[in-house]
Amino acid sequence: MKDIYRGALVRLSSQSSEDMAKAFLKWDRDTEMHRLADTDPAQLWSEKKLKELFEKDQEKDPPRAYRFSVRTLPDDKLIGATGLVPNWMHADAWVYIVVGDREYWGQGCGTDAMRLIVQYGFIELNLRRITLGLHSYNARALKTYEKVGFKMEGRIRGEGLRDGERYDGFYMGILREEWLATASSEEAK
Amino acid sequence: MKEIFKGESIRLSAADHVELGKAYSKWNADSELTRLMDSRASRMSSSKAIATNLEKELEEASALQHFFTIRALQDDRLLGDIGLHVINNWSSRDAFMGLGIGHREDWGKGYGTDAIRVMLRFAFTEINLRRVTLTVFEYNPRAIRSYKKAGFCHEGRYRGALLRDGKRWDVLFMGILREDWMKLYQ
Amino acid sequence: MLDIQTQLFEAKDIRFGPIDHEAHPEIESKWTHDAEFMRLMELKPVRPLSPAMVKKQYESIEKEMEEGKSLFYFTIRAREDDHLIGKALVEWVDWTNGNGFLRLGIGAAEDRRKGYGSQALPMLLRYAFGELNLYRVTAVVPAYNNGALRLFQKFGFMEEVRRRKALNRDGEIWDLVSFGLLNSEWREQNNGRG
Repeated sequence: MKDIYRGALVRLSSQSSEDMAKAFLKWDRDTEMHRLADTDPAQLWSEKKLKELFEKDQEKDPPRAYRFSVRTLPDDKLIGATGLVPNWMHADAWVYIVVGDREYWGQGCGTDAMRLIVQYGFIELNLRRITLGLHSYNARALKTYEKVGFKMEGRIRGEGLRDGERYDGFYMGILREEWLATASSEEAK
Repeated sequence: MKEIFKGESIRLSAADHVELGKAYSKWNADSELTRLMDSRASRMSSSKAIATNLEKELEEASALQHFFTIRALQDDRLLGDIGLHVINNWSSRDAFMGLGIGHREDWGKGYGTDAIRVMLRFAFTEINLRRVTLTVFEYNPRAIRSYKKAGFCHEGRYRGALLRDGKRWDVLFMGILREDWMKLYQ
Repeated sequence: MLDIQTQLFEAKDIRFGPIDHEAHPEIESKWTHDAEFMRLMELKPVRPLSPAMVKKQYESIEKEMEEGKSLFYFTIRAREDDHLIGKALVEWVDWTNGNGFLRLGIGAAEDRRKGYGSQALPMLLRYAFGELNLYRVTAVVPAYNNGALRLFQKFGFMEEVRRRKALNRDGEIWDLVSFGLLNSEWREQNNGRG
């Protein structure tokens, strides 16, 4: 069995609530990053509160979500977070990813991390499909997700409102059989 | 789509911890019942204590637990309970099933078999499990027969895992796969 | 006469030891990042844990040991320098019936394939049968864990239950196997010696 946490540019690792709090304390101030990643209003939490929020989630077994930190190879820099929130009855899950550090945008790190979390969802959680949502103005993310194999499934018109303008919510999905087909063709290369 | 919780003589219904607390407290006075169902030492608890524990259990395990009461279709009488406990945090889509009919006058009337059938349909068509597992004590032939009739296969036994009245008894494992179930019922 | 001289927790190259709350969380956190190892030890979906999360687990393990009296957890250390090699435990002890479940694993990749499992298991068995006085012990092993299957067979365990197609891992379906060993069988194997 291969190392399922290791990609080409990044690896998935555990979330240390301390490290995540420090990182998001910095990244939250980059409101372009926040507005690409989140639907919630941009907010500035204290480091103490961030640590609490990260810890609160970790306690449950079974966990409500499977969360990872994203770190670069080989220098192990914490650049983001990713995770899956399963809906077990349907063997489906919401996937999210955020590369908080803009220095690492547009270099393939997001794509690599997304490939890893999708792989985890299919071979460790045995999901049938994975779903995600993104804002219509997030062109980079759309390209990334398409590269990983997600297909556009729906659009909620005017789902969001920012700066007086409405934007759509895009919803994409990847099916297990589609992923297996691309995974095996990748291995054959 | 048909009513998934309805059987031929019983229906599955919501579990109310207070009602069950009262019922268990009475049923547990029958030590034959407790010895058929529970590997732990038979004991008696107040209905209040049972209700409190049950409420806590149901709340804590709610992501993994599907627990129902069994009621007679004829007069809505509370007959017992049946539940599925999903294991391995869902990833193997397997669950342990357990059930009990409380009053001995209600034993041998097909209520258990009916409840199992309804529960398996729920397991395989509503929450999409791949298999259902159960354990049953060697000295409970009525239950073993019920489970076999419902489609469960023997998968082995823990030798001597029970000590009762100075003798050792085996705990049997039985399992049914989705594909087994589909052959039987579709 | 009762042999109290033979140490319960010392073997040739390894020993059993307590949890070290300061040093071990970081080491075990690293192991959890090795999915291959974790999938041998854990049936639930594996995920990497931070040292802080491991520390919390250790705390609840010792709390459980204190309050529940149905868990007996040991770290496995190298005798040479006492470094953490793995873990060995007896859990879900059912005193009324004299049953317990065994689990053990060697965490560090460099410490595997050195026969440490074959030293740890007999110590764990002596503890379960000679100190806890259990009637029987069970080990639950996924069918893909050839090392564990061989280890338990080597020590006289009998395959008792095979839950067909019970596990789904890495895109394949596997059986889940339960092995059992009775106190009387263990005693016979050791010719009456403890």
